[in-house]
Amino acid sequence: MNVLVYLIPISLLLGGAGLVAFVYTLRSNQYDDPEGDSRRILSDEWDDHPKP
Amino acid sequence: MTAALRPSFSACPACAAAPAASALAGTEDDAGESGDARLMLSVPGVHCAACITKIERGLMTHPGVRAARVNLTLKRASITAAPDTDVAEMIGLVEGLGYEAHELDAAALRATATDKAGRDLLMRLAVAGFASMNVMLLSVAVWSGAADATRDMFHWISAAIALPTIAFSGQPFFRNAYHALRGGRLNMDVPITLAILLAIGTSLWETALSGHHAYFDAALTLVFFLLAGRYLDHRTRAIARSAAEELTALEVPRAWRLDGDTETQVAVSLLKLGDLIRVRPGGRMPVDGVIEEGTSELDRSLLTGETTPVFAGEGQQVSAGEMNLTGPLTLRATAVGADTSLHRMADLVAMAEAGRANYTSLADRAAKLYAPGVHILSALAFLGWLIGTGDMRTALNIAAAVLIITCPCALGLAVPAVTTAASGRLFKRGMLIKNATALERLAEVDTVVFDKTGTLTTGTPTLEAPDMLEPGALAVAMALAAGSSHPLSRAVLTAGQGLGLTASDVTGIREVPGYGTEGLWQGRCVRLGRASWTGAAPLAQTAAYLQIGDGAPLALTFADTLRTGAAEAVEALKDAGKQVVLISGDSAPAVQAMAERLGIPEWQAEALPEDKASRIAAMSGEGRKVLMVGDGLNDTAALSAAHVSISPASALDAARAASDIVLLGADLSPIADACAIAHSATRRIRENFQIATVYNVVAVPLAVAGLATPLIAALAMSTSSITVSLNALRLKGRA
Repeated sequence: MNVLVYLIPISLLLGGAGLVAFVYTLRSNQYDDPEGDSRRILSDEWDDHPKP
Repeated sequence: MTAALRPSFSACPACAAAPAASALAGTEDDAGESGDARLMLSVPGVHCAACITKIERGLMTHPGVRAARVNLTLKRASITAAPDTDVAEMIGLVEGLGYEAHELDAAALRATATDKAGRDLLMRLAVAGFASMNVMLLSVAVWSGAADATRDMFHWISAAIALPTIAFSGQPFFRNAYHALRGGRLNMDVPITLAILLAIGTSLWETALSGHHAYFDAALTLVFFLLAGRYLDHRTRAIARSAAEELTALEVPRAWRLDGDTETQVAVSLLKLGDLIRVRPGGRMPVDGVIEEGTSELDRSLLTGETTPVFAGEGQQVSAGEMNLTGPLTLRATAVGADTSLHRMADLVAMAEAGRANYTSLADRAAKLYAPGVHILSALAFLGWLIGTGDMRTALNIAAAVLIITCPCALGLAVPAVTTAASGRLFKRGMLIKNATALERLAEVDTVVFDKTGTLTTGTPTLEAPDMLEPGALAVAMALAAGSSHPLSRAVLTAGQGLGLTASDVTGIREVPGYGTEGLWQGRCVRLGRASWTGAAPLAQTAAYLQIGDGAPLALTFADTLRTGAAEAVEALKDAGKQVVLISGDSAPAVQAMAERLGIPEWQAEALPEDKASRIAAMSGEGRKVLMVGDGLNDTAALSAAHVSISPASALDAARAASDIVLLGADLSPIADACAIAHSATRRIRENFQIATVYNVVAVPLAVAGLATPLIAALAMSTSSITVSLNALRLKGRA
């Protein structure tokens, strides 16, 4: 059972990391144009140099 | 209402002729702190990755453009450019690439540029999702047999995660419930809030006493599912709102004011009584006024529905919203802003709207039964167990279990899921739902009332039977018509070109504003214009008259072109067993001809705006549910009086504001589809209520009997939520 001492904080940390990542994407306007973004990955225009 | 009623300029062809000025005004308004102008273009044709690249690359070739980004979801391009960049050049660039583009009023859009409420909900949803998943993991351990100290520890950790999450994520519910209670009402959020708080409270208490059952996971999943429903609901409305705003922002209402000899362009809202205003051919009257100078013809179809242009000369009264056709006019404003005749229409609208606000949605009606029922049931369970066992703790536990298990996921999630799916489908067909209850009302419709001019017809005339005319005469008419931008002239030109004719060699063509055009052909004076000017006897229908030399004037008659899909829409509606009625402000022969052409048995002509509204009110009085389809100012009162209303995007602001659904394309045929979709959506909502009822019938006795463990509660709640969501999604799949 002692393993729980590590596992519970680890699971919480991982979940928290996911949450922080989500907050970051939300803050950086990544949900403003879901349709356009899903098409943009098909364009090889900015593969080497991402658009500023 | 006043803002929405401002007459528009977008429909006018002359705007295309004066883009430099609007661009100038645009850059003035929109200059950012950096001095760069932010321009917004609506690009309705963009649909794929290639379009995005093409437009962005095309815009970047312009030296003034610093950045350009296409938003495919909103079908917009936002451009950051040097301060003196001309919008017309941008539009030209995009149109050169083969896409239609319109300028958007960035100032009008800015207010909603960032969707704050949506973001807020999404954040709470994410936090609730994170917490519910973690607590669920801990709960699974408890359910599968963790005991004693381990169970207590898991419960404490769950509590540590759940408490702050509930405090943050549950806020929208708590706030709504508080407002409802303070207003002395019960709404859906009251049982939700009570269930959440009771679940958390008893769970904490149980945990403190090292009890067996804690409902932290149930409270969190409940919040998660309900927030998901709320977010869907918000999304549907946000899409409709942004598109509706875009329609408004398309129209930048400005007028030309004469200050001495100079003309300045000002916002319509800045016009004052007594101002002299110049209205060019193709422009709309921004205010009510008297003509001081100039003669012209007026198109009053948006106000009255009559299609024949009316002569206008000095001293004549004009109303805001009328379109100036042939000659430049100078007006002296006699009523501005809220005092214009447009505003009188607004009073009618306001009165009619008050009547419609009484409609309660299916969800609200269900909630009205549901909220007291749940509270009484859980109170009874509490009292019963308290009396039966004398144990406060057990009684409270069971009351909480009843509240949690009955919690209205079906109501909170099913209705938004169904309406989101349905409005998504309608949006793809070019229809925009503006009102939350419009779908339900649309499903009940049994009578459809159409307006004629601008709704069933495009509002642009075509020449009747051009092949019956003598080609030589038509060729002369074409030559004369080329000298004018009057809609009838353009119809003559199109008809002639359609027959492969070339215009005769007419010299010295000049337009006499308000009368017509004249010229010299083979040494004879030729005229195309009004009956009185050419010496002809006026006909009842829309006509222009051609006079060659001293010969008898020849009448060219015109008919309105049917809008695409009008015949199909009427046919499909009749097939669906709905009664179709045509009510128009136009003259009787024109309306009768249209009714016969489309096979509409019931029609009424020369209807004033009040007539239309009272006719619809009379129909409603007979218990009929009326769908009104109209575009003009003369329809606004009728649109508001009807049970549900649709207007095309080409309609005036006021008509669009008064209607529940806006038709984005020119095609009318989606109206019949919309009725069918609305019908199946309502059926889905009812099905979802039935599913929820069945599940409550099974689960509630378990809860009341004290058999609902947290595991059963979590299973039952999630199953019901997922079932109703899947049922809603069935709507999306079928074409």
